[in-house]
Amino acid sequence: MTLRADLAIIANHVAAGSRVLDVGCGDGALMAALRDAKQADARGLEIDPRNVAAAVGRGLSVIQGDADIDLAGYPDASFDYAILSQTLQTCRAPDAVLGQLLRIGRRAFVSFPNFAHWRVRLSLLWGGRMPVTRLLPERWYDTPNIHHLTVDDFRAHLRSRGIAVEGAWFLSGDQQTRSAAANFLAEHAIFLLRGTDAASSVLHRD
Amino acid sequence: MSADDQRFGLQRHVTLPGPLPLDGGGRLAPVEIAYETYGTLAPDRGNAVLICHALTMDQHVAGANPRTGKPGWWTQMVGPGRPVDTDHFFVVCANVIGSCMGSSGPATMDPATGKPFGMIFPVITIRDMVRAQALLLDHLGVDRLKAVIGGSMGGMQALSWPATFPDRVEAVVVIASAARHSAQNIAFHEVGRQAVMADPHWRGGDYYGHEVPAAGLAVARMAAHITYLSEAGLTQKFGRKLQARDAKTFGFDADFQVESYLRYQGIAFVDRFDANSYLYITRAMDYFDLAEEHGGLLASAFRQTRARFALISFDTDWLYPTRESRSIVQALNAAGAPVSFVELSSPYGHDAFLLDSPEMNRVVAGFLGTAS
Repeated sequence: MTLRADLAIIANHVAAGSRVLDVGCGDGALMAALRDAKQADARGLEIDPRNVAAAVGRGLSVIQGDADIDLAGYPDASFDYAILSQTLQTCRAPDAVLGQLLRIGRRAFVSFPNFAHWRVRLSLLWGGRMPVTRLLPERWYDTPNIHHLTVDDFRAHLRSRGIAVEGAWFLSGDQQTRSAAANFLAEHAIFLLRGTDAASSVLHRD
Repeated sequence: MSADDQRFGLQRHVTLPGPLPLDGGGRLAPVEIAYETYGTLAPDRGNAVLICHALTMDQHVAGANPRTGKPGWWTQMVGPGRPVDTDHFFVVCANVIGSCMGSSGPATMDPATGKPFGMIFPVITIRDMVRAQALLLDHLGVDRLKAVIGGSMGGMQALSWPATFPDRVEAVVVIASAARHSAQNIAFHEVGRQAVMADPHWRGGDYYGHEVPAAGLAVARMAAHITYLSEAGLTQKFGRKLQARDAKTFGFDADFQVESYLRYQGIAFVDRFDANSYLYITRAMDYFDLAEEHGGLLASAFRQTRARFALISFDTDWLYPTRESRSIVQALNAAGAPVSFVELSSPYGHDAFLLDSPEMNRVVAGFLGTAS
């Protein structure tokens, strides 16, 4: 089974034997890969009951729940990594969810589609319509993506929250692309984050 | 395990010497247990699964009930090729103590007097039921359970297992259940008990050999039965439809279909259940509060065990609603236990766990590793 490109990057950078919480784990593809290839103790949170059933059917431990609500029930620093792949832009309060990730996990992987990719820009500039692309296939009224963001938006947000970046990877199609001009060239971004004490105190006020 | 070992098979009954120390302070001795086993215990004794039954159910989970001739109450879940696959697992289901299907309860003979216990029978708890099951497993030579599975009151026993015997169970499935009885749960049970005790035939529980408190027990069952269904389910099934008549009679006959249905449920129940057992088992459920048994913190109940857990709730179950399952999930997370949880959609309320649900089957099969 081949993993989606962003998940493959995350899987490659998770330390073996880690405790991992995959938030928005879907049918558990990444969790299964982490369990099988990295001997990780992987747990998942997923909103769609059909996906939960599929993941449990793979022998994975997955809880049906909503990242915006149910992350609050997890103890502090209970995982080595909290992972949020292609889910940040669907959260009602992405800032609070990011805070929860860094509270629950010592580190967090966050991946999201970059709304400043040149194809998105062209679509909006020349078409004058909300872009419908490979990574953003839904129309404005039926998209689950309610908080679009760009690579530069995310970097600015991390700076303002005092969150340290330990790694960043960018994808164009399924190929990795350069970090320079990523805001223009990357369809997809993956960040490895570590909360600092300063960041935690800010986040805990939320 | 040899084929002619009388400990194994359908319609088994054993009298164990005990004594079984009870949460209420007394002791039960001897301990009678009626049970059934399905499948074959592996040579390493590592394939045993315990099924825990609900309030008014019995040990006939997958085998025909010899009294009624009806098939087992959970044949879509337990049997050859089913999620709890009896070709693969050695499955045990025992009638809980306090009940009336062959295990020690108020209707069984008190060896001290030669008469039925009646209300002299000690008040028991969910944990007492679980300890009695452990005695049975000792008798069967089963040290460790591959899984313990239950719905409703069976789910309470399943939760109690890893809390009481942390090293004896590897996996726990809790369906449509809760870690404690809410005020509303207790309230409904109290209505049922008062209905039984208000029946003049109850005679302080000393009715054996006389007419039974049928009217009281039937009313108790009618009230309870409403809590097992959803409002939408009742509306869909009965609405305001009249029973075998074209117009209201302006009397107190069962004009409405829903009345006729409930009356039937009440009367049918009296034929198969003992009124005193109903009092004892509802009391055990009301006393159940797993957190209270562990210093007030539910997570503490699960700190000793290495078992993995799966919880399932149903969206229209208002008796043990999803939030009860979620609070168990949170406690398991806090204890670091591996836990899966899913809320399934069903129009049938609490009863959904007893009905054929492909989604529920899939989750349980997946969790137990028997998915095809």
